[in-house]
Amino acid sequence: MDLKDLYQEIILDHGKNPRNLKKSDNFNKDAKGHNPLCGDKVHIYLKVDENNKISDIAFEGSGCAISMASASIMTDLMKEKKEIEVKELVDDFLEMIKQNPELKSKILGENEKTKLMSLSGVKKYPMRVKCATMAWHTLTAAMKNTNEETNTDKFE
Amino acid sequence: MNITNIKKQFPIFNNKVQNNDLVYLDSANSSQKPQVVVDRIYDFYTKEFSNVGRSVHYLAVAATNLYENTRVLVQKYINAKDPNEIVFTKGATEAINLVANTFGQKFLEEGDEILLTELEHHSNYVPWHYLRKSKGVKIKFAEFNSDGEVTLESIEKNITPKTKIIAITHLSNVTGAILPIKEITRLAHSKNIPVLVDGCQGAPHLKLDMQDVGCDFYAISCHKMYGPTGLGILYAKKKWLEVLPPYQGGGGMIREVKKEGITFGELPNKYEAGTMATAQVIAFGESIKFLNKIGIENIEKHENELTKYGEEILRKNNSVKLIGSPKNKGSVLSFTLDGVHAHDIATILDEDGVAIRAGHHCCQILHDKLGLSATARASLGVYNTKDDLDKLNESLNKCKKIFEG
Repeated sequence: MDLKDLYQEIILDHGKNPRNLKKSDNFNKDAKGHNPLCGDKVHIYLKVDENNKISDIAFEGSGCAISMASASIMTDLMKEKKEIEVKELVDDFLEMIKQNPELKSKILGENEKTKLMSLSGVKKYPMRVKCATMAWHTLTAAMKNTNEETNTDKFE
Repeated sequence: MNITNIKKQFPIFNNKVQNNDLVYLDSANSSQKPQVVVDRIYDFYTKEFSNVGRSVHYLAVAATNLYENTRVLVQKYINAKDPNEIVFTKGATEAINLVANTFGQKFLEEGDEILLTELEHHSNYVPWHYLRKSKGVKIKFAEFNSDGEVTLESIEKNITPKTKIIAITHLSNVTGAILPIKEITRLAHSKNIPVLVDGCQGAPHLKLDMQDVGCDFYAISCHKMYGPTGLGILYAKKKWLEVLPPYQGGGGMIREVKKEGITFGELPNKYEAGTMATAQVIAFGESIKFLNKIGIENIEKHENELTKYGEEILRKNNSVKLIGSPKNKGSVLSFTLDGVHAHDIATILDEDGVAIRAGHHCCQILHDKLGLSATARASLGVYNTKDDLDKLNESLNKCKKIFEG
């Protein structure tokens, strides 16, 4: 195991200075996520336009560097993505964290892929996987605009 | 007291953990087990196994005697009046549930108040919570002060004519505060209120004398006391065990079972329905002997010295903020590190073999009040040394380095 794989520069940067960390004033979909084991919380706000495209995304939350960086990187990547692309990216990310060595989706450019792959270090730390995936599950819930809190106990 | 010799008795330290010497600072969560306890479980299953209390064959009688021997060892260890005041449970959680459930059923009515403290572990809050719905009782929380202590005054302030039971921790698993349980009991008894003490953190570290404290109930977690998991103890004054209803029904706790009705058995069987954690009970006898051999006073002294040393070095570390500074403190060091979340600390420390706990430590009420979602906690046991705390501090500096870049 190597801590440098887990705490890469990009993770530390996004963990310390998370992008899109604010309460959105102008959202039409949202969802909350919670990891009861450690107390990490995330609230994702979306503005989805008439073409089912995310025109704005923001999040509020508190948690470890991994969970903050994951939400930060995710919200950056999801801007201007259509609903169908969001689903593809979430599935691709979760499969990568679970088993796939690489991201398969063609939606992202190389730079974006590299950025997202920086979270792959958690694979070696099973106790930390949920830190990385919570925001992504919560995004799925937000797209459905579910009122039910996404609880990390409920997903793999 | 020779720590090197004591540490040698714990086989876990013989092996490397991820290529590191283990620095185990998570004893408030669960302690490691001495060889005698592990051996006792093995010997019981391989040479002496039988169920207890039922059959008349040789092994059954011998196993019953071994099982009951532990009850007497525990009785003496905590200075209870009668071995029948010792009830084995599946954990301290079940011990508290037993009291909340049976006491609630028998004595609580709508509008009655239960007094807890803001320091309580979830296991001394959630069991009482059910009574809000089933009985319509109110739960009050005595506040902790800026040092992380709950004082006698804070308890007194919250007692009303409706207070029917007080349930308090002996030693906070976050701030380390040792509560004045004797004084609180005296005050409560002057108002005819019984007291339950959650002794999960107290029992492994402090000398226990039920006659001196005088509390009505005391809950113990055996796996935090160098004993096996799956076992807890409820000490309860006989007068309570006699009047409270049974908790669970099943074999072993009955006197006579007819189609028309059932009569219940005598103490302690009344509260030990079904086959109990026999091997664990017998092995826990070895934990008590282990503690007696070293002497709890010596353990307390050793852990006090270490705690002071730990506080000293962590205070010198400018990035570390200790949570709570109680005057009377047990061997728990909770802290935050500037700019690094507790879970990141725990992962980074783990790479150096330093095992700590991170999170809310099952104390969300306390963390909410402090405005923290998580803290890191190093907690000590008899096997810890100053070296362990130095390694903790070194690893914390490594965390800082990683995060500061």
